[in-house]
Amino acid sequence: MAADTTAPGLPLAESDPDRPPASLQIRAWLARRTESVAIPLGAVAAGFLIFSLFLVALGKSPLAFLDLVWRGGFGSPFALQNSLQRAAPLLFAALCVALPARLGLVVIGGEGAIVLGGVAAAAAAQPLQGLSPLLAVPLMALAAVAAGAAWIGAVGALRAYRGVNETIASLLMSYIALALSNHLIEGWLRDPASLNKPSTAPIGEAFMVGALPGLDVHWGLGIGVLACLAAYALTERTTIGFAARIAGGNLRAAQIQGLPVGRLVVSFTALGGACAALAGFFEVAAVHGNANASLNAGFGYTGILVAFLARHNPLAILPVAFLLGGIEASSGLIQRRMQLPDATVLVLEGLLFLVVLVSETLYGRFKPFSPHLWAEKRRAVS
Amino acid sequence: MSDDLGLTTVLLAVIGGAIRVSTPFLFVSLGETITERSGRINLGLEGTLVFGAMSAYATAVMTGSPWAGVAVAGLAGGAFGGLHGFICRFPRVNDVAIGIALMLFGSGLAFFLGKPFIQPSAPPLPAIPFGFWSDLPQVQAALRVNVLFLAGAALALFLWWAFRNTKAGLIVRVVGDSAEAARAMGYDVDRVRLLATATGGVLAGIGGAYLSLYYPGSWNEGISSGQGLMAVALVIFARWNPLACFGAALLFGGAGALGPALQSVGISQGYYLFYAAPYVLTLALLIATSSPDRALTGAPGELSLK
Amino acid sequence: MSDHSFSRRHLLGGAAALSLGALPFGRARAAGPLTVGFIYVGPKDDYGYNQAHAQGAAALKAIPGVQVVEEENVRETTDVQKTMESMINLDGATLVFPTSFGYFDPHVLIEAKKNPKVQFRHCGGLWTEANPKNAGSYFGYIAQGQYLNGIVAAHASKAKRLGFVAAKPIPQVLNNINGFLLGARSVDPSITVQVIFTGEWSLAVKEAEATNALINGGADVITCHVDSPKVVVETAARRGAFVCGYHADQSALAKDQYLTGAEWNWASIYKGFVADMQAGKAPPNFLRGGLPDGFVKMSPYGPAVSEEARRQADAVKAEMMKGGFAIIKGPLKDNKGNVIAGAGTALAENASELEKTNYLVEGVKGSA
Repeated sequence: MAADTTAPGLPLAESDPDRPPASLQIRAWLARRTESVAIPLGAVAAGFLIFSLFLVALGKSPLAFLDLVWRGGFGSPFALQNSLQRAAPLLFAALCVALPARLGLVVIGGEGAIVLGGVAAAAAAQPLQGLSPLLAVPLMALAAVAAGAAWIGAVGALRAYRGVNETIASLLMSYIALALSNHLIEGWLRDPASLNKPSTAPIGEAFMVGALPGLDVHWGLGIGVLACLAAYALTERTTIGFAARIAGGNLRAAQIQGLPVGRLVVSFTALGGACAALAGFFEVAAVHGNANASLNAGFGYTGILVAFLARHNPLAILPVAFLLGGIEASSGLIQRRMQLPDATVLVLEGLLFLVVLVSETLYGRFKPFSPHLWAEKRRAVS
Repeated sequence: MSDDLGLTTVLLAVIGGAIRVSTPFLFVSLGETITERSGRINLGLEGTLVFGAMSAYATAVMTGSPWAGVAVAGLAGGAFGGLHGFICRFPRVNDVAIGIALMLFGSGLAFFLGKPFIQPSAPPLPAIPFGFWSDLPQVQAALRVNVLFLAGAALALFLWWAFRNTKAGLIVRVVGDSAEAARAMGYDVDRVRLLATATGGVLAGIGGAYLSLYYPGSWNEGISSGQGLMAVALVIFARWNPLACFGAALLFGGAGALGPALQSVGISQGYYLFYAAPYVLTLALLIATSSPDRALTGAPGELSLK
Repeated sequence: MSDHSFSRRHLLGGAAALSLGALPFGRARAAGPLTVGFIYVGPKDDYGYNQAHAQGAAALKAIPGVQVVEEENVRETTDVQKTMESMINLDGATLVFPTSFGYFDPHVLIEAKKNPKVQFRHCGGLWTEANPKNAGSYFGYIAQGQYLNGIVAAHASKAKRLGFVAAKPIPQVLNNINGFLLGARSVDPSITVQVIFTGEWSLAVKEAEATNALINGGADVITCHVDSPKVVVETAARRGAFVCGYHADQSALAKDQYLTGAEWNWASIYKGFVADMQAGKAPPNFLRGGLPDGFVKMSPYGPAVSEEARRQADAVKAEMMKGGFAIIKGPLKDNKGNVIAGAGTALAENASELEKTNYLVEGVKGSA
């Protein structure tokens, strides 16, 4: 499938023979930026509106609901940190989908890479005991990254050199990774002292990654944001990213042009797997202190959703993950204050995403936002 | 227990497991085959499966008739499929993404509406005891075949035939291979795809009814645990061939029975790895049957995911 | 667990329930309203583990001056930490029950340090003196219930082969399997129990497959330890096997095939904790109890339970009600041939060794 991130009308402005004056170009750029914010925001509003009907049908107040979403997810420092904390693993999980998507690949097996990365980090911590955390913690992260990159990179290699469909392969590999991780956690790597919650040996207090300065949110958020920025730079500002986009648009053409498609595929899938594994690393090093079955928390699947909503744009992953984190953070208040079941936010999320995705069809249809419509008008006038 | 009987037990379990567990995979993958043959992907069938399971169970509890449950599940599935088909006709709307959103929406709605139905018991779908000739209870159990399994098998055969030999089958294939050619021939591409996706939804909903009304025969939020997603993936494995879907579903169901069966005959170490057997086996077969040159054999030309 | 059985249990209640009874409800108001938070790892109506806790929570709602807040499907990661903080900061909860095994270390311990004025009591964890004083753990000796299940199962079984569907080989599960076998062997020493681990706490299809595999292997009485026994119970009953329930009363699901079951009675523990809070003192940090304490109870006998079976099970139950009943009694070997208890050794229900069980006793087919 195509990673359709190019805003409609963008190439047109550049190839237009009678190029409009600079002021108009800036206005056109502004208009397109406004459009890319206004349409999703409008869609979110519309989604809430439809959801309100659902609530009214249940005899619940939509205003009270909105108020709780605000208070639970966004309206206070505690709520904001709650949302940011929940967003952190989603950033990594979404990159595992978004990076391969640049090449037109649909990878849905991030969950396995997350868990495997966590197990690798916890296992690596054992021989490193006694070392300086400054050295050991990066090495643990490296172990996680290596495991994740190898796992999803293998999916890419199968695709590139063997023609194996990456969607099904990544899903199968994910299940295999979960089985392997469980086997290790409850077998070879099990700490005999972990009784009713089978876990690997603890990585130790010294190797724990703390919170961001002044925040009650662990470093996974900081590194996650950096990873998204780096991924943006890679895909939008480098020749490799450009080559990947060409290969994603038309594989055959890219091959004819002599692009190293196989290597691109392996690199981007491996990078995606590395990102997913970092989510697992932070779960171990910043939260659990060991690897256990709780690593399999479903971040990988939520990440797929985040990536598709962000249209595989690494920068757009940031707000989408934050929005999702906020909605999930408010779930508790909604359960407690409105006596609605936990599934309520699933319905809301599903509905919101449907509307946001449908709204993509509206791009380029509103005149104030659409320079190509202005151009038509100018031509009509002249 | 002697080794001899152990092996028989495992073999019987695999056969029985193939028959018991495969039906939801079969229905979902047949449904998805129809959808994908028309050129669209509906990744949301996991949500449809779960909603089908819930609505079938709820209907059976309320009416006392499991068949009414199957009907309602089919209708609900058709509605979800129709929604997907309708939305995806708009330009720039990504069918894969819509499927993922529908997966969430369908499961969420099923969990939400299904809360009151976790406790009550629903009447199960009937099964035919094909094992009547045997004295062994294991054989009798393995060969208790649900009507939906037979219907699914017949449907696989019919679809395989229909895609080649009927006008409707041809239209779906033309639309899936080249929208342009189909338009030139005067077919309404969006309408064909809408109908194909809706039909796929109906089948996925019925697959869900099998889950909640026959095997495991219960409604709870973990009833599917990703079977719908796996079934969609199996379509690619089966290369859009309905008969191969049947084979893939049997293989997957049979391999899934391996883990418990091995433990029951005393092979109890490393059961996580045995439980991964269906995935390992599918992956191995997938790698063995793929090749870089003919990666896309059988794939509909319009498909965004190959 | 239905309401009527709960009130029946209330009469039997041990120390915890008594302390509640001793406290006049009117006086409890003096301490101000008490907000109690409950956190579940799955849906709270799962016909099993979470539901048993939710019913305990529901029993608190009737107590004047107590407000209950609940949250379900909370993941065992930072999510549960934030949920606890939210309950404390936004709802004013001063007593929090995170009910899933996976919540204890590190999540409960972290939050207990962060919120020294709030009491945290965790189900199933192993609190030690080294842990924060405002944290604690509670659990019940439900293996006693599985022992009684085993006695009844042995009488009902013709094949002398029983089946056990288990989630993961952790001490609390292994104790249940051992209890089931030893209860059965107290009736007939030739009986065996086949165990199948599913590896997951809740996975319907695998549980159904495991049940079928057990019955195909010749087992004719099935019990389980998974989060939601509904699938196991229904599958076994449909195959014509007898069933012993777990977590909650599942007799409605198996009708005549249901023999009896080992049930939780969390309400008894929760009421005791609440009474302590209302009396202005901290609830116990480490609380364990079995049948005599009212933490665990048995489902009513089904119609298939013979007179002889009832008599024997009732006699053992009466013995258990005295306290100190030992399920693990020497001489006893594990199923690999190692001696786990020499002659004359007996582990009473509260023996700390039982919190660390890592073996299956001789007669159980399966590996821990």
